[in-house]
Amino acid sequence: MSLNAAVVTFPGSNCDRDMAVAIEAVTGTAPHRVWHGDAELPAGLDFIALPGGFSYGDYLRSGAMAARSPIMRAIVEAAERGVAVLGVCNGFQVLTESGLLPGALMRNSGIRFVCRDVALTVENNQSLFTAGYEAEQRIVIPVAHHDGNYFADDATLDRLEGEGRVAFRYAEPVNGSARDIAGVLNDRGNVLGMMPHPERMIEAAQGGTDGRALFESVLKGLVGV
Amino acid sequence: MKVRVHVSLKNGVLDPQGRAIHHALEGLGFQGVNDVRAGRLIELDIDDGVTDADLDEMCRRLLANMVIENYRIEKVS
Repeated sequence: MSLNAAVVTFPGSNCDRDMAVAIEAVTGTAPHRVWHGDAELPAGLDFIALPGGFSYGDYLRSGAMAARSPIMRAIVEAAERGVAVLGVCNGFQVLTESGLLPGALMRNSGIRFVCRDVALTVENNQSLFTAGYEAEQRIVIPVAHHDGNYFADDATLDRLEGEGRVAFRYAEPVNGSARDIAGVLNDRGNVLGMMPHPERMIEAAQGGTDGRALFESVLKGLVGV
Repeated sequence: MKVRVHVSLKNGVLDPQGRAIHHALEGLGFQGVNDVRAGRLIELDIDDGVTDADLDEMCRRLLANMVIENYRIEKVS
Protein backbone atom coordinates (compact mmCIF):
# COMPACT_ATOMS: atom_id res chain seq x y z
CA MET A 1 0.00 0.00 0.00
CA SER A 2 1.24 3.47 -0.82
CA LEU A 3 -0.09 6.92 -0.14
CA ASN A 4 -2.13 8.25 -3.08
CA ALA A 5 -1.34 11.96 -2.76
CA ALA A 6 -1.72 15.08 -4.88
CA VAL A 7 -0.07 18.49 -4.79
CA VAL A 8 -2.06 21.35 -6.30
CA THR A 9 -0.36 24.12 -8.27
CA PHE A 10 -2.04 27.50 -8.62
CA PRO A 11 -0.58 30.27 -10.80
CA GLY A 12 1.91 31.81 -8.37
CA SER A 13 2.45 28.75 -6.18
CA ASN A 14 6.16 28.45 -5.43
CA CYS A 15 6.41 25.68 -2.84
CA ASP A 16 4.61 23.04 -4.88
CA ARG A 17 7.80 21.30 -5.94
CA ASP A 18 9.20 21.36 -2.38
CA MET A 19 5.94 19.84 -1.17
CA ALA A 20 6.03 17.10 -3.82
CA VAL A 21 9.69 16.30 -3.03
CA ALA A 22 8.94 16.13 0.71
CA ILE A 23 5.95 13.83 0.20
CA GLU A 24 7.97 11.50 -2.01
CA ALA A 25 10.98 11.56 0.35
CA VAL A 26 8.89 10.55 3.35
CA THR A 27 6.25 8.29 1.80
CA GLY A 28 8.29 6.76 -1.01
CA THR A 29 5.65 7.61 -3.60
CA ALA A 30 5.59 10.63 -5.90
CA PRO A 31 2.32 12.58 -5.60
CA HIS A 32 0.11 13.49 -8.53
CA ARG A 33 0.52 17.08 -9.68
CA VAL A 34 -2.79 18.86 -10.15
CA TRP A 35 -3.37 22.18 -11.91
CA HIS A 36 -5.77 24.82 -10.53
CA GLY A 37 -7.85 24.80 -13.70
CA ASP A 38 -8.51 21.06 -13.54
CA ALA A 39 -12.11 20.28 -12.72
CA GLU A 40 -11.46 16.83 -11.29
CA LEU A 41 -8.97 15.25 -8.92
CA PRO A 42 -7.19 11.97 -9.66
CA ALA A 43 -9.28 9.01 -8.53
CA GLY A 44 -8.89 7.49 -5.09
CA LEU A 45 -6.79 10.19 -3.42
CA ASP A 46 -5.90 9.81 0.25
CA PHE A 47 -4.16 13.13 0.75
CA ILE A 48 -4.16 16.54 -0.94
CA ALA A 49 -1.56 19.24 -0.24
CA LEU A 50 -2.06 22.93 -1.03
CA PRO A 51 1.39 24.53 -1.20
CA GLY A 52 2.79 27.91 -0.29
CA GLY A 53 3.32 30.78 -2.67
CA PHE A 54 1.45 33.80 -3.91
CA SER A 55 -1.45 32.33 -5.85
CA TYR A 56 -2.92 34.81 -8.33
CA GLY A 57 -0.47 37.41 -7.05
CA ASP A 58 -2.38 37.62 -3.75
CA TYR A 59 -4.91 39.77 -5.62
CA LEU A 60 -7.91 40.91 -3.56
CA ARG A 61 -6.78 38.94 -0.47
CA SER A 62 -4.17 36.21 -0.01
CA GLY A 63 -5.76 32.96 -1.17
CA ALA A 64 -9.03 34.59 -2.21
CA MET A 65 -8.81 33.92 -5.93
CA ALA A 66 -7.36 30.42 -5.56
CA ALA A 67 -10.20 29.51 -3.21
CA ARG A 68 -12.64 30.13 -6.07
CA SER A 69 -10.65 28.24 -8.73
CA PRO A 70 -12.18 25.17 -10.44
CA ILE A 71 -10.09 22.59 -8.59
CA MET A 72 -11.14 23.95 -5.19
CA ARG A 73 -14.73 22.81 -5.75
CA ALA A 74 -13.43 19.27 -6.11
CA ILE A 75 -11.15 19.69 -3.08
CA VAL A 76 -13.99 20.97 -0.87
CA GLU A 77 -16.06 17.95 -1.91
CA ALA A 78 -13.15 15.61 -1.23
CA ALA A 79 -12.57 17.16 2.20
CA GLU A 80 -16.25 16.71 3.00
CA ARG A 81 -15.90 13.02 2.06
CA GLY A 82 -13.04 12.78 4.57
CA VAL A 83 -9.99 12.99 2.30
CA ALA A 84 -7.04 14.49 4.22
CA VAL A 85 -6.11 18.02 3.16
CA LEU A 86 -3.01 19.95 4.27
CA GLY A 87 -2.62 23.64 3.47
CA VAL A 88 0.73 25.27 4.17
CA CYS A 89 1.22 29.05 4.17
CA ASN A 90 -0.67 30.25 1.10
CA GLY A 91 -2.41 26.86 1.22
CA PHE A 92 -3.67 27.74 4.74
CA GLN A 93 -4.93 31.07 3.40
CA VAL A 94 -6.75 29.22 0.60
CA LEU A 95 -8.37 26.88 3.16
CA THR A 96 -9.72 29.75 5.28
CA GLU A 97 -10.90 31.63 2.18
CA SER A 98 -12.68 28.52 0.92
CA GLY A 99 -14.45 28.03 4.25
CA LEU A 100 -12.82 24.65 4.99
CA LEU A 101 -11.18 26.21 8.04
CA PRO A 102 -12.49 28.98 10.31
CA GLY A 103 -10.90 32.40 10.72
CA ALA A 104 -8.78 34.52 8.42
CA LEU A 105 -5.10 35.34 7.91
CA MET A 106 -4.37 39.04 8.04
CA ARG A 107 -1.29 41.18 7.44
CA ASN A 108 1.43 40.46 10.03
CA SER A 109 1.07 42.76 13.02
CA GLY A 110 4.59 44.11 12.45
CA ILE A 111 3.73 44.82 8.78
CA ARG A 112 6.95 43.18 7.61
CA PHE A 113 7.33 39.91 5.74
CA VAL A 114 8.69 37.38 8.24
CA CYS A 115 11.12 34.76 6.93
CA ARG A 116 12.97 32.71 9.56
CA ASP A 117 12.99 29.53 11.58
CA VAL A 118 10.50 29.66 14.46
CA ALA A 119 9.88 27.44 17.46
CA LEU A 120 6.47 25.80 17.61
CA THR A 121 4.70 23.81 20.29
CA VAL A 122 2.71 20.76 19.22
CA GLU A 123 -0.59 21.45 20.98
CA ASN A 124 -2.50 18.41 19.77
CA ASN A 125 -0.56 15.23 19.03
CA GLN A 126 -3.69 13.11 18.60
CA SER A 127 -4.54 14.24 15.07
CA LEU A 128 -3.95 12.52 11.75
CA PHE A 129 -1.24 15.08 10.99
CA THR A 130 0.49 15.27 14.37
CA ALA A 131 0.31 11.78 15.92
CA GLY A 132 4.03 11.29 15.28
CA TYR A 133 4.98 14.14 17.60
CA GLU A 134 5.17 14.09 21.38
CA ALA A 135 2.59 16.06 23.33
CA GLU A 136 3.80 19.64 23.74
CA GLN A 137 6.94 18.81 21.75
CA ARG A 138 8.97 21.85 20.81
CA ILE A 139 9.88 21.81 17.12
CA VAL A 140 11.55 24.28 14.74
CA ILE A 141 10.00 24.95 11.35
CA PRO A 142 10.56 27.96 9.06
CA VAL A 143 7.94 30.56 8.25
CA ALA A 144 7.96 32.86 5.22
CA HIS A 145 4.86 35.01 5.00
CA HIS A 146 3.38 38.49 4.97
CA ASP A 147 -0.17 37.51 5.91
CA GLY A 148 0.07 35.00 8.72
CA ASN A 149 -1.70 36.89 11.47
CA TYR A 150 -4.48 34.45 12.38
CA PHE A 151 -7.77 36.08 13.33
CA ALA A 152 -11.04 34.61 14.53
CA ASP A 153 -13.63 35.95 16.98
CA ASP A 154 -13.26 34.97 20.63
CA ALA A 155 -16.08 32.44 20.52
CA THR A 156 -14.41 30.65 17.59
CA LEU A 157 -11.00 30.74 19.29
CA ASP A 158 -12.51 29.31 22.49
CA ARG A 159 -14.16 26.55 20.48
CA LEU A 160 -10.95 25.72 18.62
CA GLU A 161 -9.01 25.49 21.85
CA GLY A 162 -11.75 23.57 23.65
CA GLU A 163 -11.98 21.00 20.87
CA GLY A 164 -8.22 20.49 20.55
CA ARG A 165 -8.21 22.01 17.11
CA VAL A 166 -5.14 24.17 17.65
CA ALA A 167 -2.53 21.81 16.19
CA PHE A 168 0.50 24.09 16.54
CA ARG A 169 1.20 27.25 18.49
CA TYR A 170 4.12 29.66 18.08
CA ALA A 171 6.45 29.42 21.05
CA GLU A 172 7.54 33.02 20.44
CA PRO A 173 5.86 36.11 18.97
CA VAL A 174 5.94 35.90 15.15
CA ASN A 175 3.12 37.72 13.41
CA GLY A 176 0.47 38.81 15.91
CA SER A 177 -1.67 35.67 15.54
CA ALA A 178 -4.54 35.37 17.96
CA ARG A 179 -3.43 33.20 20.89
CA ASP A 180 -0.20 32.50 18.95
CA ILE A 181 -2.03 30.03 16.73
CA ALA A 182 0.18 28.63 13.96
CA GLY A 183 -2.01 25.78 12.70
CA VAL A 184 -5.66 24.73 13.03
CA LEU A 185 -7.71 21.62 12.29
CA ASN A 186 -11.27 21.40 11.00
CA ASP A 187 -13.94 19.87 13.24
CA ARG A 188 -13.54 16.44 11.68
CA GLY A 189 -9.75 16.52 11.94
CA ASN A 190 -9.05 15.73 8.28
CA VAL A 191 -8.06 19.28 7.25
CA LEU A 192 -5.02 21.08 8.67
CA GLY A 193 -3.87 24.59 7.79
CA MET A 194 -0.58 25.96 9.08
CA MET A 195 1.64 28.93 8.24
CA PRO A 196 5.03 27.26 8.98
CA HIS A 197 6.55 25.08 6.23
CA PRO A 198 7.07 21.45 7.37
CA GLU A 199 8.11 20.50 3.82
CA ARG A 200 11.21 22.63 4.33
CA MET A 201 12.44 20.53 7.28
CA ILE A 202 12.73 17.04 5.82
CA GLU A 203 16.47 16.43 5.35
CA ALA A 204 19.32 17.38 7.69
CA ALA A 205 20.78 19.48 4.88
CA GLN A 206 17.76 21.78 5.22
CA GLY A 207 18.79 22.62 8.79
CA GLY A 208 16.53 20.16 10.57
CA THR A 209 14.04 17.34 10.15
CA ASP A 210 11.18 18.43 12.41
CA GLY A 211 8.77 18.47 9.47
CA ARG A 212 9.17 14.77 8.72
CA ALA A 213 6.91 13.56 11.52
CA LEU A 214 3.95 15.40 10.00
CA PHE A 215 4.18 13.47 6.73
CA GLU A 216 5.05 10.24 8.58
CA SER A 217 1.91 10.74 10.69
CA VAL A 218 -0.23 11.11 7.57
CA LEU A 219 1.33 8.02 6.00
CA LYS A 220 0.81 5.95 9.13
CA GLY A 221 -2.70 7.24 9.69
CA LEU A 222 -3.88 6.66 6.13
CA VAL A 223 -1.82 3.71 4.93
CA GLY A 224 -0.81 2.14 8.21
CA VAL A 225 2.96 1.94 7.69
CA MET B 1 -24.54 51.47 -13.99
CA LYS B 2 -21.49 52.23 -11.86
CA VAL B 3 -21.36 50.75 -8.39
CA ARG B 4 -18.74 51.28 -5.73
CA VAL B 5 -18.18 48.58 -3.13
CA HIS B 6 -16.45 49.87 -0.02
CA VAL B 7 -14.79 47.08 1.94
CA SER B 8 -13.59 47.86 5.46
CA LEU B 9 -12.38 45.91 8.45
CA LYS B 10 -14.97 45.13 11.09
CA ASN B 11 -14.81 46.98 14.36
CA GLY B 12 -12.55 45.19 16.79
CA VAL B 13 -10.32 43.72 14.07
CA LEU B 14 -6.83 45.14 14.48
CA ASP B 15 -5.58 46.85 11.33
CA PRO B 16 -1.77 46.65 11.04
CA GLN B 17 -1.81 48.60 7.76
CA GLY B 18 -3.90 51.39 9.22
CA ARG B 19 -1.58 51.55 12.18
CA ALA B 20 1.49 51.80 9.91
CA ILE B 21 -0.17 54.56 7.86
CA HIS B 22 -1.03 56.39 11.08
CA HIS B 23 2.57 56.09 12.21
CA ALA B 24 3.83 57.39 8.86
CA LEU B 25 1.49 60.38 8.99
CA GLU B 26 2.86 61.24 12.42
CA GLY B 27 6.37 60.82 11.02
CA LEU B 28 5.55 63.44 8.39
CA GLY B 29 4.61 65.81 11.16
CA PHE B 30 0.81 65.69 10.81
CA GLN B 31 -0.88 66.02 14.17
CA GLY B 32 -4.38 65.38 15.43
CA VAL B 33 -4.99 62.09 13.62
CA ASN B 34 -6.61 59.84 16.21
CA ASP B 35 -6.89 56.60 14.23
CA VAL B 36 -6.46 55.24 10.72
CA ARG B 37 -8.29 52.27 9.20
CA ALA B 38 -7.37 51.10 5.71
CA GLY B 39 -9.97 49.55 3.43
CA ARG B 40 -10.53 48.77 -0.21
CA LEU B 41 -12.66 50.39 -2.93
CA ILE B 42 -13.89 48.20 -5.77
CA GLU B 43 -15.71 49.83 -8.70
CA LEU B 44 -18.06 47.73 -10.78
CA ASP B 45 -19.73 48.60 -14.08
CA ILE B 46 -22.88 46.50 -14.16
CA ASP B 47 -25.85 45.88 -16.46
CA ASP B 48 -29.25 47.20 -15.39
CA GLY B 49 -30.44 43.63 -14.88
CA VAL B 50 -28.07 43.02 -11.97
CA THR B 51 -30.15 43.07 -8.81
CA ASP B 52 -29.31 44.26 -5.32
CA ALA B 53 -29.43 40.64 -4.24
CA ASP B 54 -26.84 39.77 -6.92
CA LEU B 55 -24.58 42.55 -5.62
CA ASP B 56 -24.93 41.32 -2.05
CA GLU B 57 -24.04 37.83 -3.20
CA MET B 58 -20.94 39.11 -5.02
CA CYS B 59 -19.79 40.90 -1.88
CA ARG B 60 -20.44 37.96 0.42
CA ARG B 61 -18.90 35.31 -1.81
CA LEU B 62 -15.82 37.14 -3.04
CA LEU B 63 -15.37 40.90 -2.66
CA ALA B 64 -15.40 40.89 1.15
CA ASN B 65 -14.21 38.26 3.60
CA MET B 66 -17.12 38.24 6.03
CA VAL B 67 -14.91 36.89 8.85
CA ILE B 68 -13.02 40.16 9.08
CA GLU B 69 -14.65 42.67 6.74
CA ASN B 70 -17.84 44.64 6.20
CA TYR B 71 -18.98 46.03 2.89
CA ARG B 72 -21.12 48.93 1.76
CA ILE B 73 -22.60 49.22 -1.72
CA GLU B 74 -22.86 52.69 -3.24
CA LYS B 75 -24.67 53.23 -6.55
CA VAL B 76 -22.95 56.04 -8.38
CA SER B 77 -25.02 56.52 -11.54
